[in-house]
Amino acid sequence: MTLAPPAGVAAEAFVVLDKVGKIFAPQISLAEELLAHLGAGLDRRVLHAVDGVDLTIAKGEALGLVGESGCGKSTLGRILAGIHRASEGRVRIDGRPVTDAAGRKTTTRVQTVFQDPFASLDPRMTVGETISEGPIAHGFVERRAAQAHVAEWLLRVGLDPAFARRFPHQFSGGQRQRVAIARALAMRPDVLVCDEPVASLDVSIQAQIVNLFLKLRRDLGLTLLFISHDLGVVRHLCDRVAIMYLGRIVEVGTAAEVYGHPRHPYTRALLDSVPRLRLDPDAAGGVSPISGELPSPLAPPPGCHFHPRCPLAEARCRVERPLLRRLADGRDVACHLATDAPPHVPHGG
Amino acid sequence: MDTSTPLRRFLAEFLENRVAVAAAVVVVVILLLAMFAPLVAPQDPYDLSGLTLRDARRPPGFVGSTGIHHLLGTDAQGRDLLSAILYGLRISLEMGLAAGALAFVIGALLGTGAAYAGGRIESLIMRIVDLQLSFPAILLAFVLAALLGQGRGPLITALVAAQYAYFARTAHGSAAAERQKDYVEAALSIPLSAPRVVLRHILPNCLPPLIVVATVQVAAAVSLEATLSFLGVGLPPTEPSLGMLIANGFQYMLSGRYWISIYPGVALIILIVAINLVGDQLRDQLNPRLKR
Amino acid sequence: MTGPILRVRDLTTRFRSRAGTVTVVDGVSFTLDRGEVLGLVGESGSGKSMTGFSLIGLVDEPGRVEPTASVELDGRELVGLAEPEMRALRGRRISMVFQDPMMTLNPVLSIGDQMGLVIAAHHRMSRADMATRAAEALTRVGIPEARARLDAYPHQFSGGMRQRVAIAIAILNHPAVIIADEPTTALDVSIQAQILVELQRLAREDGTAMIWISHDLATVSTVADRVAVMYAGRIVEHGPTTAVLSRPRHPYTRGLLDSLPSRGEPGHDLAQIPGAPPSLAALPPGCAFAPRCGHADAACGVAPPATEVGPRGWRCHHPLEEARR
Repeated sequence: MTLAPPAGVAAEAFVVLDKVGKIFAPQISLAEELLAHLGAGLDRRVLHAVDGVDLTIAKGEALGLVGESGCGKSTLGRILAGIHRASEGRVRIDGRPVTDAAGRKTTTRVQTVFQDPFASLDPRMTVGETISEGPIAHGFVERRAAQAHVAEWLLRVGLDPAFARRFPHQFSGGQRQRVAIARALAMRPDVLVCDEPVASLDVSIQAQIVNLFLKLRRDLGLTLLFISHDLGVVRHLCDRVAIMYLGRIVEVGTAAEVYGHPRHPYTRALLDSVPRLRLDPDAAGGVSPISGELPSPLAPPPGCHFHPRCPLAEARCRVERPLLRRLADGRDVACHLATDAPPHVPHGG
Repeated sequence: MDTSTPLRRFLAEFLENRVAVAAAVVVVVILLLAMFAPLVAPQDPYDLSGLTLRDARRPPGFVGSTGIHHLLGTDAQGRDLLSAILYGLRISLEMGLAAGALAFVIGALLGTGAAYAGGRIESLIMRIVDLQLSFPAILLAFVLAALLGQGRGPLITALVAAQYAYFARTAHGSAAAERQKDYVEAALSIPLSAPRVVLRHILPNCLPPLIVVATVQVAAAVSLEATLSFLGVGLPPTEPSLGMLIANGFQYMLSGRYWISIYPGVALIILIVAINLVGDQLRDQLNPRLKR
Repeated sequence: MTGPILRVRDLTTRFRSRAGTVTVVDGVSFTLDRGEVLGLVGESGSGKSMTGFSLIGLVDEPGRVEPTASVELDGRELVGLAEPEMRALRGRRISMVFQDPMMTLNPVLSIGDQMGLVIAAHHRMSRADMATRAAEALTRVGIPEARARLDAYPHQFSGGMRQRVAIAIAILNHPAVIIADEPTTALDVSIQAQILVELQRLAREDGTAMIWISHDLATVSTVADRVAVMYAGRIVEHGPTTAVLSRPRHPYTRGLLDSLPSRGEPGHDLAQIPGAPPSLAALPPGCAFAPRCGHADAACGVAPPATEVGPRGWRCHHPLEEARR
């Protein structure tokens, strides 16, 4: 019997998240601290936003990170991007850490594209300043050459170089998102973290930006962490997909396999919740929702976080945390009930 | 320039309020009069050779022995009061603007810096600011001015110490909101250095409320300075600001020579009310919550 | 009684300002049968939400529904109705669910009090009866322990639960028509699915007609019997949902469908509509979609006439072939 590689490892690990965790403790003010000294009770409940996540991304690969709000996917993305510091575990890109011991970001090799291009661009800076600020500050381009640099990146993301002198408020959402992408790419990153980059865009604009990401991946060989709640966009753009629930990764595999044959009950339920385009009037249509509410991340259920909503849950699921483990077909699943045997009923039939 | 549209819209909206426009005109006229006081004033009030005690305490409209028409009368030294007011305005405005500008810079940096740093540094700075805001500004300024002695430096120090807290509070409030916005996270993700993020990104986006506070605080600094000078802990008698003119004439109030004290007082009131009216309009225009 | 519950003719809403007049809803006409769900699809700025607001008389100054328009609810004309009369209908015969449930909910009143107010606005009954009725409505939208939750405040509910409460308020007085404006857009997929199912069931049980406003074709296709596609304030295509979505006649509908990731092959470029939706303040003359349309020619400089064929209709000089796909 061969030793299975650690869970979640891609062919060649370029980006490595090793038991990464993020704990948000409530900020305790001086006044509260004083009161505590006088005997008052303090709410010390902590939020385990990301809980022991092991993930790797190969060079040039696009990994989709899917989950519902509050599952910790954005926090995980910000940890990889070096914006937040991990409370536990390590984050490495090409063998080097992303932040120093004090939590300051030490690399420019990973850049970020945010969800809302109306908020992610400084309203008081021209597009040109926004794009060139980082490269100039880090000495990648000289101030004199900045204009040409900006023009090049504007062209690459499909914008008119003359836009460099305009301000963000003069653009539509799709154009702003292109500017935000140009800002990230102008730093020549190896890894791009995209946090719901098309969620706030109109349908017709979404397709344009998805196509832009496809083109940039081909042109630049980018490694992508693509965070989204939109399963369709992830399916279209990503090679592999990781499903997250309440801070933990529950399933990782190639996009085609995970969508075609989900192995974790949550993944299956999530896929069943997505409305599909109904073209046949006689088709049953509709969606089958997951029962129950999303539990509060402040007080997640013990054992498997999904057990209260899981149709298959057993006694064991209520006490023991299932670890992400590799099945014979190479899928990683964090479920006690997942077996090596492929599921006999194909999903979605 | 591309900014012309929002700027023009801003101006158009400002011009809609006639009171604010009138107030702005008054402020500009007073500023110009103060700046060009030596050219406008009928007399150099500090050229002692031009003064005669014979002309002292004359009522408005009196034509003095030197042939000067004293529109607002003369003071105890025989100075033309209009000239003294123009020169006094100059000193008052210099003090007010200098103190306001310095308090702006210090307060804005402390407030935005605290909001950026967060945690204990933020708590510490903001608690000090809160503590100071709970004292009357006049009390703090008075004690400091008395301790530091007379002169421009000590006076400005006292005014700044009393006023930076207002800027710090305002800057902190809006910087704490800006700090949460994605564009700050985007700057951190590049990464850009902390001073750069604070100075290039957060601070410029906190400017609108700070500008409103600045107009109000310049007016407050002028009146604070006048109060201190009136009480005798401000500028030395060689640099009579409006406050000192009021103080000098105060003793003659009851003897019927009201003009020595009243006219500098009227000048002070006009200046402060005008600045505040402009400030009110700026606040209405720059505060999105008051927008229709 | 037969005939449509809602008949809308030439609904036009304009905003007048010194900068000029902007037409946000431009000659929208449709009918809605009892118990029918009409999907109103469009991108931001297409006028779909403003159509909803116009129907229930919630257009604020300087906006105005043109008096030539006609909105008949159960045979009664709503355009030109005085505000007190409109208020008497709103919440009783016609009600609205918004994307953000806090548009409906008052943060400082308990759920029970708010629901009581809505009932009291139209009916006279005792407090105990009101509580019973409110609890019933909460139970119907799938809120457990409804009685106990009546004393809770909106902030004590999750986003999904809040939307359920907003829906419960909308159905309190058993309205004939519910206008749902992106009711599930802000919710997670698993919660969205629950709300979709609940709303469909409620409409079916009560025979309530619904106008489902959304940008999401997939969601609309699962709930709506008929669909109307809006672009730049006009309905450019309408008809039975599956017919329109499987055989679109308007190039815009076709473009929207083709740009869905689920319809493309993974890793390959999606078909995209070039450009961006036009600003309503500067609409191109004629067909507003022409500048983004691959089929446009000189004829499109003139506004295309409304073509009606059977249950379907479109506004296009060059409609796509029926036989496609």
